[in-house]
Amino acid sequence: MPDLKQRGLDLYNWFEARLGLGTPLIEVAEHEVPNNTASWWYVFGSAATVIFVLQVMTGVLLALVYAPTASNAWNSLQFLDHNVHLGWFLRAMHGWGSDFMVAIVLIHMVQVFLFGAYKFPRELTWIIGVFLLLLTLGMAFTGQVLRFDQDAYWGLGIGASILSRVPLIGGPLVGLMLGGPIIAGNTLSRFFALHVFVIPGILIAMVGMHVWMVLRLGINDYPMPGRLVNKKTYLADYKEMEKKTGIPFVPDAAWKDAAFAAAIMLAVIACALWFGPFGPSGQPDPTIIETAPKPDYFFLWLYAVLAYLPPALETPVLFIMPVIGIAALILLPLLSGEGEKHVSRRPAAVLIVSVIAVSLGVFTHLGTYTPWSPIMNAWSSDPIPVSYLHNRTPLEREGAIVLQNKQCRNCHSIGGEGGLRGPALDTVATHMTEDQIIRQVLQGGGNMPAYGNALNPSETTALVKFLTTLHGHDLQPAVDASRRVVSAATATPPTNKQ
Amino acid sequence: MIPSEQLPQTDRTMTEPTAEPVKDPSIAAGHSRRTFLFKLALVVNGAVGVVLAIPIVGYLLGPALKKTSADNSWINLGPLSNFPEGETRLVSYRNPITTDWDGQTGDIPAWVRRVSGDTFQVFAINCAHLGCPVRWFAQSKLFLCPCHGGAYYADGSRASGPPERGLFEYQHKVSNGTLMISAGRMPTLANEAKNVTPLTQIETHIQGSPAGKLSAIDQPQPRCSSCQT
Repeated sequence: MPDLKQRGLDLYNWFEARLGLGTPLIEVAEHEVPNNTASWWYVFGSAATVIFVLQVMTGVLLALVYAPTASNAWNSLQFLDHNVHLGWFLRAMHGWGSDFMVAIVLIHMVQVFLFGAYKFPRELTWIIGVFLLLLTLGMAFTGQVLRFDQDAYWGLGIGASILSRVPLIGGPLVGLMLGGPIIAGNTLSRFFALHVFVIPGILIAMVGMHVWMVLRLGINDYPMPGRLVNKKTYLADYKEMEKKTGIPFVPDAAWKDAAFAAAIMLAVIACALWFGPFGPSGQPDPTIIETAPKPDYFFLWLYAVLAYLPPALETPVLFIMPVIGIAALILLPLLSGEGEKHVSRRPAAVLIVSVIAVSLGVFTHLGTYTPWSPIMNAWSSDPIPVSYLHNRTPLEREGAIVLQNKQCRNCHSIGGEGGLRGPALDTVATHMTEDQIIRQVLQGGGNMPAYGNALNPSETTALVKFLTTLHGHDLQPAVDASRRVVSAATATPPTNKQ
Repeated sequence: MIPSEQLPQTDRTMTEPTAEPVKDPSIAAGHSRRTFLFKLALVVNGAVGVVLAIPIVGYLLGPALKKTSADNSWINLGPLSNFPEGETRLVSYRNPITTDWDGQTGDIPAWVRRVSGDTFQVFAINCAHLGCPVRWFAQSKLFLCPCHGGAYYADGSRASGPPERGLFEYQHKVSNGTLMISAGRMPTLANEAKNVTPLTQIETHIQGSPAGKLSAIDQPQPRCSSCQT
């Protein structure tokens, strides 16, 4: 046995004498870090790297089967799911891996921001990190395109439509993105090249720089309230702290990174096993228009923002906000490279993170159920509740049929069923008089199209009569107060309402 | 077999580079000549790079520099009898420029509205907001978009929602009893913005003709300003 051990050591030394990588790597692994950095808060960066490695590995494995042509991509995904042994599992790992990676990169960024780790001397580490976030999002979007289904096809349409709004060069940009006049084979090929060669190449180089700078400049010391960063003294202070409280990174601090990375990997595996792969949804056939395209989870907030922006603001916001946002992220460490690091002394930082997190959360939540979209088949699926037809005249019941047939329920709900685009109609008569309802139906307004053209007079009458019966159970119908005044003034017997 | 001996430079990462050992100055005698030759070689490499960059940039920008007119051509959508008067129907055509590996993506749908006789409107499937496929609802006479709820009237004009304008319209003509459209490129705001104002466009089309008057009646023309928001 000792002989075997000796031989193994000799073999290692033979390589080490020529390669010379072992000793520096061991030195790097064992380099001293301040003991307060051995924190569970400091595990997200390494976890993101671990998931990136997982993505590269599963991506290569998927590329063994995937056919990156518009005519075959969808079929090859089906083939992966159903015909290739464990192909579904690798697709699921890659898909869930991407969701976890975006999430962990974001969490890492928030942690670094709240811990003031972007301050001197780690400004460039943060700036590179901003690009890593953008590249990660780029991987998420191009990856969604490679899942070449209906969502991918129309997602490309949305991308092209956004680009077409760029002033002056919008047209050429669309051509550049699509690689041709329409979304077709060339488009998929260039997104394949981006997802598999271009972005991962840049990503690997930048991750290398990012990690290199962490090693070179040291891990951010755990912030203490009142311990300010000063460019003149920080490096010396840090070195002293390293000397006084230093512990070897491996294993004293790294065990937490390793444990967390394992937990994250287990979570990815569990999601992949439990939920399976994403899609593909319908075939990427543009002639199948019965589809409601939606982006993947991490772009839902953007999808929601695009629904709520007023038309005139849309183009400016689309192109000015990202520039401002990215510029702010890049300039942040340059403008605030010194001073307080601890979160309890930085209320503005907490406020910014809270506002952004709540906004993204709300918009993402809205994106999951898209209240702004008409429900295309509501009019043919949900009948008017029977209680709404009790004690109604034949004309009013006819109106209920008009309401159903003219697809009002695609946007308006009744009895809790129907679209959310317009207000629910269950109590419409309590806040609108008959005249107001007629005007609203015929002329539209407030985001409602005019239906004067789609309804004949008898349909309008019936519809409005039915709507005036909808005032809840015991609520008073809306009345036009001026009428009573007018009728009193003309000394006719007071006939209230209508 | 003395590994650690060769690895003195690892410490340099943390500190400034240490002073180089002093060399025999005679070795560097040709320094200025070598420096010049090295710079010359760099210049030559730069020139090669520029020469190489021209075809690469041209190759990359190729699809961006093409004119819309080069992609569009007249496409036959079938005999007029396929399109009953007063109805709006979904058609699809094979894009004039496709490759074998485009598969289904080369089939492009469009909405054909036959107002009457030879008066047609051919709408792109793509919502003017963000390009999602709009659906025609004959009962409420609206095109609705599933993505963000854009709505258009039967004549393609904007009814409500986030779109800034009406549906994109293809140029069309009737020849030999068939309907032809000029298409080939995905319509977006960048290449269709010049054809905007579909409302006035229709009005100029229809002046005088009885069919035009019909469609003019068809339009809920004077709309309140608030409906547009």
